[in-house]
Amino acid sequence: MIEQFLHTALPAAYRLLDIFFGGLIPTAGVGGAVEAVEYVPPSTIYAALVVLAVLGVIFGIALALVALRFVVKVDPKVEQVRDVLPGANCGACGFAGCMGYAEAVVGRQEVATNLCAPGKAAVAEQIAHITGKAVVTTVPRIARVFCQGGASLSGRKFIYNGVLDCTAAVLVAGGDKACDYGCLGYGTCMRACPFDAITMSSDNLPVIDADKCTSCGKCVAACPKQVIEIGPLAKAVVISCHSRDKGVDVKKKCQVGCIACGICVRICPFEAIALENNFARIDFEKCEVCGLCVRKCPTKAIKDHIPVRQKAYINPEKCMGIDVCTKVCPVNAISGDIRSVHAVDQDKCIGCMMCVSRCPKQAIELRQAPTFSSGRKKAKEGATIGA
Amino acid sequence: MWEKIFTIFIASALINNFVFARYLGLCIFFGVTKRMETAVGMSVTFTMVMVISAVLSWFIYMYVMVPYSLGFLKIVIFIGVVAAFVQAADTMMKKIAPALYYKLGIYLALIVTNCIIIAVPLINADEHYGLFESIALALGSGAGFSLALIIMASIRERLELADVPKSFQGLPIAFVLTGLIALAFLGFSGMITL
Repeated sequence: MIEQFLHTALPAAYRLLDIFFGGLIPTAGVGGAVEAVEYVPPSTIYAALVVLAVLGVIFGIALALVALRFVVKVDPKVEQVRDVLPGANCGACGFAGCMGYAEAVVGRQEVATNLCAPGKAAVAEQIAHITGKAVVTTVPRIARVFCQGGASLSGRKFIYNGVLDCTAAVLVAGGDKACDYGCLGYGTCMRACPFDAITMSSDNLPVIDADKCTSCGKCVAACPKQVIEIGPLAKAVVISCHSRDKGVDVKKKCQVGCIACGICVRICPFEAIALENNFARIDFEKCEVCGLCVRKCPTKAIKDHIPVRQKAYINPEKCMGIDVCTKVCPVNAISGDIRSVHAVDQDKCIGCMMCVSRCPKQAIELRQAPTFSSGRKKAKEGATIGA
Repeated sequence: MWEKIFTIFIASALINNFVFARYLGLCIFFGVTKRMETAVGMSVTFTMVMVISAVLSWFIYMYVMVPYSLGFLKIVIFIGVVAAFVQAADTMMKKIAPALYYKLGIYLALIVTNCIIIAVPLINADEHYGLFESIALALGSGAGFSLALIIMASIRERLELADVPKSFQGLPIAFVLTGLIALAFLGFSGMITL
């Protein structure tokens, strides 16, 4: 009927239809019941359209009926938690995707709220709020590289020409690096990282992106030299060397190795550093991240991961001249007479924050170092802190 | 007639085993065989879906597609039938057997686009099988697939304890195993020619 209507009313359209569907489409080898037909008659096209449409409608209605009849009530909290989660389905929580974790954390009492590694503390807090569970405070952690001896700063035992992978390189006499405890620099950790948080620096050392690192520990397992460890993110001062060689040997092999001189052990105001197996280690429980040891280390083996430290500043209105701060300051940056307003020498202050907690009047606060008055010397100092 | 039905059943289960002789449906095969429990659950679900979708497809093929010469739409229509049926089964299972639903989870959705599920109605249509022959093919294929899953799952559970070289752990050793079992299944070939 449609055919005849088209034929009389719109001959051009009919001819188009005829060309496209009537005569020109070869159908040999399409298979099934049309094997013997040399061209597809328009009636087949209409039949196909009608059949597909009817089947579609029938299936649609059937599915709608089934969905109505077998509706499963989902706890609205599950949906809320799922919306809070990052939705990366990374599996770091140990469940099958974000939805799996959302269901588990709502449905089971023993599942903790802080298992989402990419979401960090903010998500844990929101989940705890939704589920009514106690907030478990997590100490954010990060992978730390315990080696600073890049290609330019450390020696090589021989020239390695094999596969550019640490696990392969370590098979050849423990790797080509002179130091037996250092990073080989062939990037096995970078390839192991599921979050792309590790990049190799121009000096062949892994650099960890604090924003992307979820402290999953894949790089720790991948490194054949055990150079990487997981540590608390807040404890940003790290003695970045694992060498158990004697100081003399370390000095020969690497310019930034720990020579176990013990200066940091003596200088640390919190007695957080101890010498063990010919290298110094910071006890993160005791460390207050003052950064004093970073300044004093003769080989620069201690790394401060805080990019730019803030400086102490004394509020003259609150300062009563009690003089505790001058005694407590490890670098003698604070000066002033008793009972008069004290001042901080911004060039000397290393931002260790020790005076802040000691001031009974809470007159000391940390501020971003003013860059305009710093000049060349300050910029240079900033660079060494960051390095 | 019964003889032919029995022959089709045995042939599709052993001789033309979908996994070991035709190498179809490997994604599910490797996906669910890590544990026996999921393998058995998948076998049952799979066989049921296959039989029911083969029956549905046969009716639609015989009474709709053949009279209107719509054989060329087989693939599209069969996929639609299977997809609609699996979606319905999925919804029902979530309500009736939630434990099984969470076990099979993602694989149930995978059934929709599984090649064995679509191969069975297509073979039925090409061979112009009757209703009972179609059911026999579906049941036989289901039994063959279940056999493959259960053999593989029991081997892979033991494999957990074996000392596999690191580069072979996981999928690589599973593929090697599948190849070996397929070699064994070659022994059936030529026993029955359809």
